[in-house]
Amino acid sequence: MAENGTNGHGYVGTRTIRPDGVDKVTGRARFGADFNLPGQLIGRVLRSPHPHARIVAIDTSKAEALPGVKAVITRDDFADQPSEFIPAGEMMMNYKDVVRNVLAREKALYEGHAVAAVAATSAAIARRALKLIDVTYEVLPHVIDVVEAMRPGAPLLHDDLFTAGVEPKPDKPSNIAKRVEITLGDVDAGFAKADVIVEREFKTAPVHQGYIEPHAALATVSEDGTAELWCCTQGHYIVRAHCARLLGLDIAKIRVTASEIGGGFGGKTVVYLEPLALALSRKAKRPVKMVMSREEVFKASGPTSGATVRVKMGATKDGKFVAGFAELKYQAGAFQGSPVQPGVMCAYAPYDMENVKVIGYDVVSNRPKVAAYRAPGAPISEFAVESVVDEIAKKLGLDPIELRMMNAAREGTKAAYGPKFGPIGLEETLNSIKKTEHWNTPLRKWQGRGVASGFWFNIGGETCVSLTVNEDGTVSLMAGTPDIGGLRASLAAVAADELGVEYDKVRPIIGDTGSLGFNFLTGGSRSAFSGSMAIVEAAKQIKADCCARACKLWDLKPEQVAWERGRVRPIGDAADKAKPMSIADFAKVAGKTGGPIVGYGRLNAQGAGPSLGTHLVDLEVDPETGRVTILRYTVAQDAGKALHPAYVEGQFQGGAVQGIGWALNEEYVYGDDGKLQNAGFLDYRMPVASDVPMIDAILVEVANPKHPYGVRGVGETPIVPPLGAIANAMENATGIRFTELPMSPPKVLKALREKGVTAK
Amino acid sequence: MAKHHIETTVNGDAVEFLCETEETLLDVLRDTLHLTGSKEGCASGDCGACSVTLDGRLVCACLVLGCEVGGRRIETIEGMAEGEALHPLQTKFLEHAALQCGICTPGFLVASRALLERNPNPSETEIRYWLAGNLCRCTGYDKIVTAVKDAAVVMRKG
Amino acid sequence: MRYEAPETVERASALLADSAGEARILAGGTDLLVQMRSDIVDPALIVDIKRIAETRWITEEPGGGWRIGAAVTGAELKEHARLKQVWPGVVEAANLIGSTQVQGRATLGGNLCNGSPAADSVPALIAAGAVATLAGPQGRRDLPVEDVMLGPRKLALGKGEFVVSFGLPPRPPRSSDAYLRFIPRTEMDIAVVGAGVSLTVDASGTITEARVSLGAVAPRVLLVREAAAAIVGSRLDRVAQDRLEAAARAACTPIDDKRGTVEFRIQIAGVLARRTALIALDRARTQ
Repeated sequence: MAENGTNGHGYVGTRTIRPDGVDKVTGRARFGADFNLPGQLIGRVLRSPHPHARIVAIDTSKAEALPGVKAVITRDDFADQPSEFIPAGEMMMNYKDVVRNVLAREKALYEGHAVAAVAATSAAIARRALKLIDVTYEVLPHVIDVVEAMRPGAPLLHDDLFTAGVEPKPDKPSNIAKRVEITLGDVDAGFAKADVIVEREFKTAPVHQGYIEPHAALATVSEDGTAELWCCTQGHYIVRAHCARLLGLDIAKIRVTASEIGGGFGGKTVVYLEPLALALSRKAKRPVKMVMSREEVFKASGPTSGATVRVKMGATKDGKFVAGFAELKYQAGAFQGSPVQPGVMCAYAPYDMENVKVIGYDVVSNRPKVAAYRAPGAPISEFAVESVVDEIAKKLGLDPIELRMMNAAREGTKAAYGPKFGPIGLEETLNSIKKTEHWNTPLRKWQGRGVASGFWFNIGGETCVSLTVNEDGTVSLMAGTPDIGGLRASLAAVAADELGVEYDKVRPIIGDTGSLGFNFLTGGSRSAFSGSMAIVEAAKQIKADCCARACKLWDLKPEQVAWERGRVRPIGDAADKAKPMSIADFAKVAGKTGGPIVGYGRLNAQGAGPSLGTHLVDLEVDPETGRVTILRYTVAQDAGKALHPAYVEGQFQGGAVQGIGWALNEEYVYGDDGKLQNAGFLDYRMPVASDVPMIDAILVEVANPKHPYGVRGVGETPIVPPLGAIANAMENATGIRFTELPMSPPKVLKALREKGVTAK
Repeated sequence: MAKHHIETTVNGDAVEFLCETEETLLDVLRDTLHLTGSKEGCASGDCGACSVTLDGRLVCACLVLGCEVGGRRIETIEGMAEGEALHPLQTKFLEHAALQCGICTPGFLVASRALLERNPNPSETEIRYWLAGNLCRCTGYDKIVTAVKDAAVVMRKG
Repeated sequence: MRYEAPETVERASALLADSAGEARILAGGTDLLVQMRSDIVDPALIVDIKRIAETRWITEEPGGGWRIGAAVTGAELKEHARLKQVWPGVVEAANLIGSTQVQGRATLGGNLCNGSPAADSVPALIAAGAVATLAGPQGRRDLPVEDVMLGPRKLALGKGEFVVSFGLPPRPPRSSDAYLRFIPRTEMDIAVVGAGVSLTVDASGTITEARVSLGAVAPRVLLVREAAAAIVGSRLDRVAQDRLEAAARAACTPIDDKRGTVEFRIQIAGVLARRTALIALDRARTQ
């Protein structure tokens, strides 16, 4: 009988070399912009210079007349879509909005909003053609800030947007797309029991995912309406679905190949260029290649929300949290769909609390539509809560780790957002942080230490993989979720262990949309979790198949044959009747024992276990300039089971550094004209190598009982705690509670001077 | 105006190409010579993904014009491995999992090689400042720094 | 777009002078190429000056002065041990322009002629008393660096004129210089404030001569004579430091922008002027 992982090579949990590694260190790996086709045209996008304007008319005739221009598309080239919400990563989207975001229809809703696109025989001609498109705009008043957008009388982005989730249904349109709320227990009763109550308002700036690879797409549409598309995406099946819908094509007629992907972090879960490249190709009858510039990436692809958050927490004098209230106002950008819902759900999730009420608002304004960004919504709300938790610790004179430990969610805790937790590892992460040398090292003046915890759900979802045993006993592994940071290494290790073959004999590839059944995208920290479950399923089929073949070959009954230690073996009284056979042995006789040996794992993965983490940071403030230096950083997080420890550590380290950027320097800066002023890596200040120290990573493994190896998703949680940890360290260094992100030098210096905290 | 006819050396091979004045070395490498290992992340010299060396000097290929490189010696990521043997930096990047998505990796490798050619035993701080022009959004730089240090050890041993 | 790479100063200046459309000098290209890419400039002619030998030389002159070609890169300055010893501030300022990669290309001439008040090498050159040698159709002339830039993107160069090289004066004993800038990150940012200080001390450690220059706090890089006067005659004790800070702040007329506020820039200008002067003083004492 087939069992899981009983063969004994034990690649899972080791630091194997990634199968796609050599191509990535030699420049051979092909990313989005590295694909070309004979006869291809270059496509470019005309973007709105105005943050808010009615599009009165678009005249493309001069551009079309320019020699070398082969196609021009506008809103007229896409049919309108009815309102219908669909899942996009952990967020929701609406085709009515998607069609308007890829090319503006009635109005341009943010600076950089796509208005038209051209395909020409060279980039230079395409650029010239853009200048020949006459767009008549009626410029409208704009609104950028979330609180201003919520005010009565604010410029309205959509005449047909009525706040959902409020009774009675409003009769006037609003920029507030919806109100959401979760409640557990009775917060008023909880606050009545509190000995200490802390209430604060926080503000965070919109930040971009900052992947180094700009969006890119290469499309070719034949005269018969079949289409091929190469693009960098976190989910090529999702791209296929969106493009089929927007272009009115059958899904079977679009084949999408995901290139290697140069970072996504949630930002490559939606479509921008892909439908445009297809529409241009259909019109021009030639392949069309489109690549965004970095400026376009910043201006027109999704950052995550900026937000205003109010948190009120109550605790007894012993430190037990008795009530938590929060109100979250998240920017959605030009179309509804901010991650306020997960923000609401995560706010108090790390803690065992009886009384919780969290309200959230999803608010549109004249900014690019937000896209998912690593644990979408959670870093913002948890930053606010973790800051207040720290303040309660200080008020009560309690150690911040002890306070968290006392209130930590654990197995059996009922979360405010609904479920009862299974085994989770928050306490273990707090304990491991407490035991570090880092926690116990003294600090000097102007240095501070902060700790914060973080929670993220993780998801499973539709997943399909195949394992093919080749004639020589090697194994081809096909998965349908783009490998964004070591997925192939993890899946190959699982397949090798499951099938008793050597790691090097498993070749994983990411198949195109025609190769496998539907795969949801790489997001929600799901690809290693769900993919490995599907591999186990596929391997199970192969093992069962080989057992059946062995029965025939050996003339034994099914109960006399079993898969043990990587081989099919005769067992019991038949134990000496035949020599055990490996996968390679079956490969040799596949033809005469029933044909090709293939396993096909398909499932809608359930049981994704939440991953909790705790971060510890030391920093130093320059009291004369407000500049902050991160001195030391330690991450402890529950991985369930680390399939590949090095890539799990990498997730912890990378998330921590993204969080450092968010906390200290990254932000979208708008002028009064509603235009983005820092659409480039020069002034959108992501951490560089010299900005950060080594990031110590502690792997905590509290097995997820719902996964055959105990795996939890690990990719998103690491960006949740840094904002709070750094704010708490700033308080520790300066005595000032910073409530606004980023804590950039001008803001820090101003606060120091206002509070009279100076060097002299 | 006619295109420029340029003769130069790329990874030891004599090559010639035609380019417009406004085409950058990166455009030429990627679009004309089909060497797509150098990546365009920003086209403004802020991300380092297009790092190459020009007469041994580390530069961003996006900040050099194609018509400037006549008679020069250009080295790209494609020339880093010798035959089947990976450069020690390439090996160490793989061993230490110093890449996640891999888009910045060619630039980091080319830049790190230029560092180790000048400074065979760099400190962590020297590595970090030398590589400050190479953005990585995935790794937090930790494993990259470790890989460069480890490669330096191997290279010092020869 | 025409590209020319002349080998003589005369030919370069003739090309510039005769160009009907907009003509641009290409030295390191680290600003020009970015501006071309983002449609800020669309020149009809690019004149690459790197093949003109004298734009590429670093020479110590017999009298003790230095001549640095306009197209010498930051990386080349860094590798010049003797120059680094005599003019550490000028070299460290040039070495702050961009990344290692940018250092392989970026030049002093380009940094000045890009016309940005935030250029890192310019305050250091001004503090050093550097003179730019310009060549044009009417021949050559020298202009103090502080007079080359008139305002953002505005230079005092005539049609056909370009910067060929910079002259640094001979150094008296016990002289040195320093440059500091403030940026939010550790690298890769444009200066929010920059401060260059060059000074000479006597045997007792008293400052006898000083020049103080501030960048990014006004439409052009400033030579702040009041700041220099505040420390000449002192040993940079606490009182002199306070005077220096106050004089530096008083000279600032900055703007609010994405990189910093008016209030922040003024405050930082004082801090940096003091910190830079202390470094220069420390260096001068041991020279």
